[in-house]
Amino acid sequence: MLNVIDDTVNPVEPFLRTDRMPHIWCPGCGIGTTVNSFARALIDSKIDLQTLALVSGIGCTGRVAGYVKLDSFHTTHGRAIPFATGLKLANPKLNVVVYSGDGDLSAIGGNHLIHAARRNIDLKVICVNNLIYAMTGGQTAPTTPGHATTSTNPYGTFEPAFNLPHLVEAAGAVYVARWTTFHVRQLSRSISEAFQKKGFSFIEVISPCPTLYQRRNKMGDGLDTMKYYKEKSKVKNGAPTSEVGLTLNGEIVVGKFVDRDRPDYQSMMRAQYVESLGDRYIEEPEMECVCG
Amino acid sequence: MAKGRVSIVVERCKACGFCVEFCPTHVLALSSAFNSKGYHPPHVVHPEKCSGCDLCGMYCPDFAIYGTKSAEMKPTDAAKEAKAVGGEK
Repeated sequence: MLNVIDDTVNPVEPFLRTDRMPHIWCPGCGIGTTVNSFARALIDSKIDLQTLALVSGIGCTGRVAGYVKLDSFHTTHGRAIPFATGLKLANPKLNVVVYSGDGDLSAIGGNHLIHAARRNIDLKVICVNNLIYAMTGGQTAPTTPGHATTSTNPYGTFEPAFNLPHLVEAAGAVYVARWTTFHVRQLSRSISEAFQKKGFSFIEVISPCPTLYQRRNKMGDGLDTMKYYKEKSKVKNGAPTSEVGLTLNGEIVVGKFVDRDRPDYQSMMRAQYVESLGDRYIEEPEMECVCG
Repeated sequence: MAKGRVSIVVERCKACGFCVEFCPTHVLALSSAFNSKGYHPPHVVHPEKCSGCDLCGMYCPDFAIYGTKSAEMKPTDAAKEAKAVGGEK
């Protein structure tokens, strides 16, 4: 490590590919902060890292797969959830985490998001929402709130935005939470809780994009945005998700919105086959991973 | 004696200021020194106030800072090392 004159180690360090640091994220970007919370959640939930797989799509957040020292995969644009679904079906023992941005999950991969929630596939989806397509130059995304200025809407956005917690709840997710990058400990606890759930868990993290979103909308830098999150966010656990939509400069409702139980895809599949085939249904033997 | 201490990886810092703003006991301030990328990393101004809560480590988007509790350390070591870490650059 550089310039540290002591024998302590950053608790996040074992989860990082330190040879790739410093990372490409801008000064004031919140994606690194979400990685901190994720790493703490892994420590707290004492999860076996050999059973963990992390899948990312394309975008600024998609880079997470390259920076964490876990079994990770950087897929094509929008296809993080289909890839993760394949991983989970092939090896049901895996804990599969999808770590991607709002553009990748809700726009390019929007269809996969709603259908994975509908089928209730046992995935933990962490969606870092910076309200814009950041890596490609700040175009309007489906999550951009009304009246925000972007590079494709220089006179203000007029499209209605997606309210992601509402979308995934309606589609059938069993765990839905939203935090901002200011709420690091709550986010870490939420991720730990999602690891305990069986089924489609969705955690949205509102994150600053100082280079594109905040600059164009004259909202200051990353630190100003964090202060705004501190001031304007309101914790409402169990709030109806239809009322948690985001507005430009408005209040941000955060909290755990949905925590319910539904049979997941694989248990429904097993139940259906046992019912219709009876004794003729033989379950696949479990996959043996030979790691060496 | 401080209950904890903070360690800074100066070369990773991008001077976003999150740690300085959100440190609950106001241990840190941005220094006037530069790192090799031209950013101003934070430095420790009140080492005695650090509680070792590691909130700076949770906020840092660049994995450049973290706090550790000094309960398991010998008092003399703690004082010596807090000085060494706090005094960089």
